Amino acid sequence: MSKIAFLRLAVIVIAVGLLEAACRGGLIDHRVVIPPSEMAIALAHILATGEANHQIIRTFGIVIISVAIAVALGFVLGVIVHALPRVRQALDPLFATYYAVPIFIFYPVMIAIFGLSVVPIILIGVLNAIVAMIIATLNGLDRVPRVLTKVGRVHRMGRVSTALRLKLPAAAPHLFTGVKLAVSYGFIAVIASEFIMAPAGLGRVISDAYSDFNNPRMYGLMLLLVIVATVVNMVLHVFDQRWAERRGIART
Amino acid sequence: MQAESSKPQVHASLSNVTRVYPGVAGNPPVNALGPINLELRRGEFFAVVGPSGCGKSTLLEVLAGLQPASSGTVMFEGAPVAGEVPEGIGVVFQEDASFPWLTVADNTAFGLRRAGMAESEIRRRVDDVLSFMGLKDFARAYPAQLSGGMRQRVCIARTLVLQPRLILLDEPFGALDAQTRLLMGDEVLRLWRRTGATVLLITHALDEAAMLSDRIGAMSARPGRFLEIVETGWPRDRDSTIVGDPRFGEITGRLWDNLRNESLKALGHAQMAAE
Repeated sequence: MSKIAFLRLAVIVIAVGLLEAACRGGLIDHRVVIPPSEMAIALAHILATGEANHQIIRTFGIVIISVAIAVALGFVLGVIVHALPRVRQALDPLFATYYAVPIFIFYPVMIAIFGLSVVPIILIGVLNAIVAMIIATLNGLDRVPRVLTKVGRVHRMGRVSTALRLKLPAAAPHLFTGVKLAVSYGFIAVIASEFIMAPAGLGRVISDAYSDFNNPRMYGLMLLLVIVATVVNMVLHVFDQRWAERRGIART
Repeated sequence: MQAESSKPQVHASLSNVTRVYPGVAGNPPVNALGPINLELRRGEFFAVVGPSGCGKSTLLEVLAGLQPASSGTVMFEGAPVAGEVPEGIGVVFQEDASFPWLTVADNTAFGLRRAGMAESEIRRRVDDVLSFMGLKDFARAYPAQLSGGMRQRVCIARTLVLQPRLILLDEPFGALDAQTRLLMGDEVLRLWRRTGATVLLITHALDEAAMLSDRIGAMSARPGRFLEIVETGWPRDRDSTIVGDPRFGEITGRLWDNLRNESLKALGHAQMAAE
């Protein structure tokens, strides 16, 4: 294990240890926060009994669908906007200010249109993630060296072949940044939508557990979300780092 | 008849070629090149020198088929060049054009794989070229792990492996330090002798042109035309040690005589150029 990885792990262990000590020692009221060890036991119980399996599958399924749509559609729209400079000039200010608008304000409108189903949640997930992917695609295509187009022509490659075999790999690190952001934004949007109003899903179950003062269930499922979000992002981060190192790109 | 058969064979040519860039945003069109004439002899090493912005790279791109000529005729091996880069022409650019997502071996094999060659033959050719270019120990490395000079060698290897008959080098050593450029010059001479290809080198370095070439075309300020084509008379098995030859200084001096006024014009010092 590298020193940095060890330090990272140490920070997490110390933080969790302090929280455990504060809860056990009475510094934090047990009715407000339960010790992390109890959260872990509650999560293990939920997973072992399978009582929340349906909700878990539903929520993560919606996240996967939202992110997949946002990444695919965001990439296609990014390519189209990149090919149309005037359209891009018109849209650039909108992209720049997009995340200043809380997308959730449109959630009630979507429920009114599509009903209280998975569709409004997927749409909110897509809307929250797609612009990150569009911007990443534009950035990636902007940074494809022009010389690669010439190399493609020297190799007598057509436009599609040049795009797929040269431009796409050249832009890939930036596209991957878009995927990372889309995963985070999509995840946040889906869980938040379920919190606000949904017939089912992890967000709804956590919200119900909060209303029922069922702290073990609430914190157990919160722990599950924290673990899944952290693991997914760390896996993406590791891929990104390895890719960047191979290409000599500095990442922070 | 005797004289006719000993006449060098023309490999590629430009006849009365011009390149005019259309005006953008209300600006007038820019006449970047010509009219220019050039006959590249089969197997020769020809360098083009000239002031910045004189159209050297435009000349190379028109000859390669990367840009259309606005008028005139471009020929390669007896066929007109129009629309696309003909088979048999390889180009090495000034910018780092290595593919950062591929290893050195995969970079080199790129064109062969596209051509659908058998993997065993690809391996044989790639090994051969990488050995020749001194890159064999770096076959599994990625470009980011190499120096600028080595990355440029990867680009040369990727071109060389396709066995082009005309190699166009667009200031390939422009971003390298002086010592590395001298050594890269030796490597280019080595590959030129080995392949027997015709080489056209675009450079702004008079010493590089004088060291490497059989003939050197000195270009005027924009729109670029040849002011003089200088024959160096170097033996074919030359290397960078010829920089100590007294004729080397004469050649660079003659090139500078041609280019000094043109460079001043290119810098906007028209009055100094007139004096």
